[in-house]
Parts: sequence; structure tokens; C-alpha cells
Amino acid sequence: MNNVAIEVAGIGKKYHIGGLQAKYQTFRETLTSAVMAPVRRARDLLRGQSSGASDLHEEIWALKDISFTVNHGEVVGLIGRNGAGKSTLLKVLSRITEPTEGIARIHGRVGSLLEVGTGFHPELTGRENVYLNGAILGMKRSEIDSAFDEIVAFAEVEKFIDTPVKHYSSGMRVRLAFAVAAHLNPEILLVDEVLSVGDARFQRKCLNKMEDVSHGGRTVIFVSHNMASVTRLCPRAILLEQGQVVADGLSHKVVASYMQSGLGTTAAREWTNLHTAPGGSIARLRGVSVRGESGEPTDAIDIRYPFTVEMEYDVLEPGYKLLPHFHFVNEEGIKLFIANDLDPEWRGRERPSGRYISKAEVPGNLLAEGMVFVQVSMMTLEPIIQQFLEPDAVAFHVVDSLEGDSARGDYAGTMPGLVRPLLEWNTQYYPNGK
Amino acid sequence: MSSSTSPLTDIPVTVIKPSRGWVSLQLDEVWQFRELFYFFIWRDIKVRYKQTVLGAAWAIIVPLMNMVVFSLFFGRLANIPSDDIPYPLWNFAALVPWQFFTNGVNNSANSLVTNSNMIKKIFFPRLILPTGAALSGIVDFFLAFLVLLLLIFSYNTFHIVEGFSVEMTFNVLWLPFFLLLAIITSLGVGLWLSAMNVQFRDVRHVVPFLVQFWLFATPIAYPSSLIPEPWLVVYGLNPMAGVVEGFRWALLNTDTPPGPMLAVSTITSLVLLLSGAYYFRRMEKTFADVV
Repeated sequence: MNNVAIEVAGIGKKYHIGGLQAKYQTFRETLTSAVMAPVRRARDLLRGQSSGASDLHEEIWALKDISFTVNHGEVVGLIGRNGAGKSTLLKVLSRITEPTEGIARIHGRVGSLLEVGTGFHPELTGRENVYLNGAILGMKRSEIDSAFDEIVAFAEVEKFIDTPVKHYSSGMRVRLAFAVAAHLNPEILLVDEVLSVGDARFQRKCLNKMEDVSHGGRTVIFVSHNMASVTRLCPRAILLEQGQVVADGLSHKVVASYMQSGLGTTAAREWTNLHTAPGGSIARLRGVSVRGESGEPTDAIDIRYPFTVEMEYDVLEPGYKLLPHFHFVNEEGIKLFIANDLDPEWRGRERPSGRYISKAEVPGNLLAEGMVFVQVSMMTLEPIIQQFLEPDAVAFHVVDSLEGDSARGDYAGTMPGLVRPLLEWNTQYYPNGK
Repeated sequence: MSSSTSPLTDIPVTVIKPSRGWVSLQLDEVWQFRELFYFFIWRDIKVRYKQTVLGAAWAIIVPLMNMVVFSLFFGRLANIPSDDIPYPLWNFAALVPWQFFTNGVNNSANSLVTNSNMIKKIFFPRLILPTGAALSGIVDFFLAFLVLLLLIFSYNTFHIVEGFSVEMTFNVLWLPFFLLLAIITSLGVGLWLSAMNVQFRDVRHVVPFLVQFWLFATPIAYPSSLIPEPWLVVYGLNPMAGVVEGFRWALLNTDTPPGPMLAVSTITSLVLLLSGAYYFRRMEKTFADVV
């Protein structure tokens, strides 16, 4: 019992949709609705509806009956689709908002990081903002003092530390903000999707820093959309769906079940409703799949054979040159490669509206074994406007059946490496030396 | 929600659960976050006059200009009596605490809305936002107060008005009390308004009007001696009346020593502060969802 860091029992959080949509009310609205309430009730009675039904705003449970325990030193990934309640749960655990029901107990000093750079003031200098932001994140002044040089070095803004932050580039601002956050040192750390900031190199640095954190014996709950970083950083994951815990366990398994929810496979997804499908005003994504040699969606790809990835999309506005492309990311979060649509038929051509399917064949003997996530993306060229970017749209496993004709030959042990090409080998024998 | 330390392990245990009805003020938690509280005040002071040409001089210019306007229209044109003290000096002695009060009310009323991002992303006792905002005007107050002392000094040395000089007495020892009363009042009003402002943005439009009305309900442009005797105690329900008359009495020896009116003022402001704090705490749980 002593080892428990976070106990969550039956936590629920209810929102009134009315209150959510109308961001704030005016006295007039409150007054009129108060005055009108009896009239409305009478009307409802006349119409034979249950009394007061229309008084209740529509409610939604953003969280419902959430229970789990996290032990000290555990690093847990919290995953789920947009609106599944991940951020709300984190807000409840950070005490930013109160739960409607249930109870949670947190044993230890909590630090939460829902956003980097909260409270940064543009008129203050970098140095002043480090202190302010540190205090906001709950650091003691002495802690900031001792970490100050390290923070500045991490952010790579030494030269500008006494310049007001409003003169910083957005990259510098984010780096400084993250550097402060990265030096947060509580026993329990609650982190929301904060790695999606900065340039690629800095992201890498942050991921490494996060990894240090997770190896430091600290308890971490980490919300992310990036499945690769969840499997990499967190041994355990919790999957939320519509405010409820639907899976809790080894992160590989939970991530797999997350990717499968929908069509029962991680290898295909579709968006049946055009209006909720990802995309902008010009193009919308309708489906993504990974297909093996048979042409059927499959989430297990034989390392030796080619396979295709395909995306189905609607072009809503004609007259744009489009660039559909796939990103392939391994489970360590390393981008393996990007494939741009090169089909000569459509290259540089403005497209009429309608349904399209773009396929790319990936050769066999290219990817290494392991899980691969596919990010599907579309942008218009001239001007470049992002239409959709769906990270982890589909995922598949590259497997080696060990039949001896793959790049591993007769070796059955672990083979690290990002790619596994089958090379042409030639060995000559010189019995007497050359 | 509460924090406590379990006696065996010395690990702080935070219990998160829904609160019901009226909740305690949890001032111990505010104390835990005192460092953040200082930082908020420091930030507000630091940022207030950034990117202005005149900078902190504004802290002096605003009450001075007000004094000029009042002296012209009320002192000269309307010939309002001023307890036998030159009107500008008499008026300025009231404007200094008044300016501090209105700044405090304005800043704290808007403190939650302007810091909404922080409220949505960070946990801390929300009480420290309006409190810090109300207190951050203290630097401005001291600047304006210095000018007030200078003004008194000039009247004494340069004999600007024939036969008039101010004698400093031990009454000035009361000043911290009057200042405290002004702080309590502005904080009390600020707490009410800031919590209401989260839900009803109407507050933002009400504040300027409220402040203006309050200005005329306070003996700043006119002496409270113009108020008929039986009404004076009722008049004292306005704590700022006590503050303003107190400042004049302590510095300029007017005939308005602390009396029943001040007692009423003090009680009113304490009631404002306590009720404001409890109302604030009761509404606090909705802030992050509504702001």
C-alpha cells in the first residue's frame, strides 16, 4: 500500500454542454432564462413532456467512473482519441478542475505540465520569465537558482537571456519554456502533450530529456497522441475512450488495441462522415490502409515482400495541385522516411474534385522488424496549405518468418537497425592469401 | 480538496474529491504558495509601465491631473468648502488613497479573466490572483504619497497661501491603519467582482461606472461636513469615506478624527472582505471550466 503514488477511484466529471458552448453568459440571459423558466415548464406540461426536462442543459460526462492505481516509479502513458477525456483527467489530477464524483489520492509532491510556457510575459526578459514560469510550475526560488545555468544552456538562448521575450523567435520562446519545464523536479509528474513543440532536433532533445525523467525513478503520467513515444517512454499505458478506461496494461498491447479500435485491425481506418473526417476545405481524408500482397488490409507484413499503403480522399475544391504523402515512423519515434506522391499522371496538375485513391508500393527487404506507424498527410502546393495530417493513422508489424531468405540469413538473434535491406553478397576464397 | 502530511511517511497526500457547498478559505494553502504570490505582485509591478514613455511617472500624473480638474471645477467654480485648507492640497490628500483603491478594484476585478490561461493550465490557490492584483498598486501609492508630502512641504516653506501651514502631529501614526482599511476594502470588492467576472463579463462594463459612482459617494471633492449629521453614520457604510477623512485628519489636521463613522467603515470593509473571500472560494471550482 505504501508504494502507491496515485489512486483514482470512480472519478467522474460532468460538463453542461450549454455552459460549454456559450462561453460566458450575460446577466440578461440569466435573467430571461430565470423569468422564462416557469413559462417553459408550463408549456412542457401542456405538451405532455416531463416537467423540467428542458430546464436541464444537456450534460456530458467527460470522465466516467475512472479507476486505476499507479505505483511509485511507474511511467504510464495515457492515450485515446481527441475528446476521450485524457486532458480532463490530467486537469482533475492536477487539481485545476474539480471532479463531479469519485476520489483520488496522490502521495507525493505533484508537478503538472499541461502546457509549456504558461504565464510567460512578453515584456519580461528571458531571465525574469525563467523565474516567473518556474514559480508558476511550483519550483522554489532556490531550485530555480541552482538550475538556472542548466536551463539557459538547455534552451540555447544564453546570448538573449536579458532580452525581453517578445523579441524572441517563436522557436526560442518554446525552447526556453520547455527548458524550464524539463527541470521541474517533483516526485510525481503529470505531462500533457508537450513534445509537439519546436524543431525536430529540439524535439529529439526533449524526448531524450523525458527519457531521463522516466528513468529517474519518478512517477509520470504522460498524455500523448504520439504512439511511438508512448511505447518508447512508457512500459504501461491506459486507454481512454469516451471518458472511460477501456484498456490498461503493457503499452504495446494497449497501443495495439487503440490502433485497432474501429475496424478491428491497426492496418485500416476509414472516416465515414465527411464532416468529421480530417482535412481542410480543399481535401479530406476518408480512409487509410496497409495491404499485403493479396490486396487485403493486413497488420502483419512479411519483411521479404512488397506491400502497399493507400489513402482514400475527397477533393472538395477543384483547381489545386495536391501532394499526398506518407511518413513512416518506427516505434522509437524515429522517422524512417517520407514518401511523396510521384504519379506522373497527376504531378503538377490541378485536380478536379471527387474521390481519389493514392497508393504507394513499398518494396520488400527495406524495413526492419518491428512496429511501424504511418502518418498520412496532404497539402496543396502553391500555396502550401496543410489539408490533413493524421499521425498514427495506421500501423503494422514487420515480421520475419525466419525462413532463411530474408536479410538476416540464418541468424535468429536480435538485429538492431532502422532498415534491413537485402544486399548482394559475394565472398571469394583465397586459400593461399592474395 | 485538501493537502495533509501523513504522520508516518512524511509524504504529502493530496486528496481530490468534489467539494460541496461553502468551503473553508484554506489560507494555509495560500501560505504554501506565497512565493508564487510574490512573483505575481512583482510581475504586475514590473510590467505595469513597460513600453510607456513616462513610465512610473503615471503613478503621479493621474492623481495630479485629477486634482487639477477637481480644483478647477469644484474648488474654483463651485466654491466647495474644504475644511479651511487650500482645496488642491485637501483634494490631493484624498485622491492618493482613492487612486490606490480604484487601481486595486480594477486590477483585481479583471485578474482572473486576464490570467485565464494560467487558471486553465496550472493549479494554485486562485485567491492569490486578485489579492496580488490589489496589492500591486502599493508602489504607485507610495510614489503619489511622496508627492503629497512634497506638496505639504511646499505649502509650509513657500507660503503659497498666506497664513496657512500644516503642522505634523502624531496623528500620522494612524496612516498605516487607514491604508490597511483601503487595502481591505479594495480587496473585498475585488474578490466579489473578480469571481463574478468569470461568469458574467458584464462586470467589466460595470466596474468603471461603479468606481465613478463610488467617487461621488466618497468625500473627495466635497467635505463630509456637508452631509447632515444623522446621515453621517450611514455614510460611513462606505469604508472609503473613513479612509479619505482619515488621511486628511492624519496629515492635514482636519476636524474628522476617528469616530463612530470609522468604526462603521471598518466593520463594513471586513464584512466585504470575508464575504468576498467565501464567495470567491465557493465559485472557485467553476473557474477553470468557465473562464
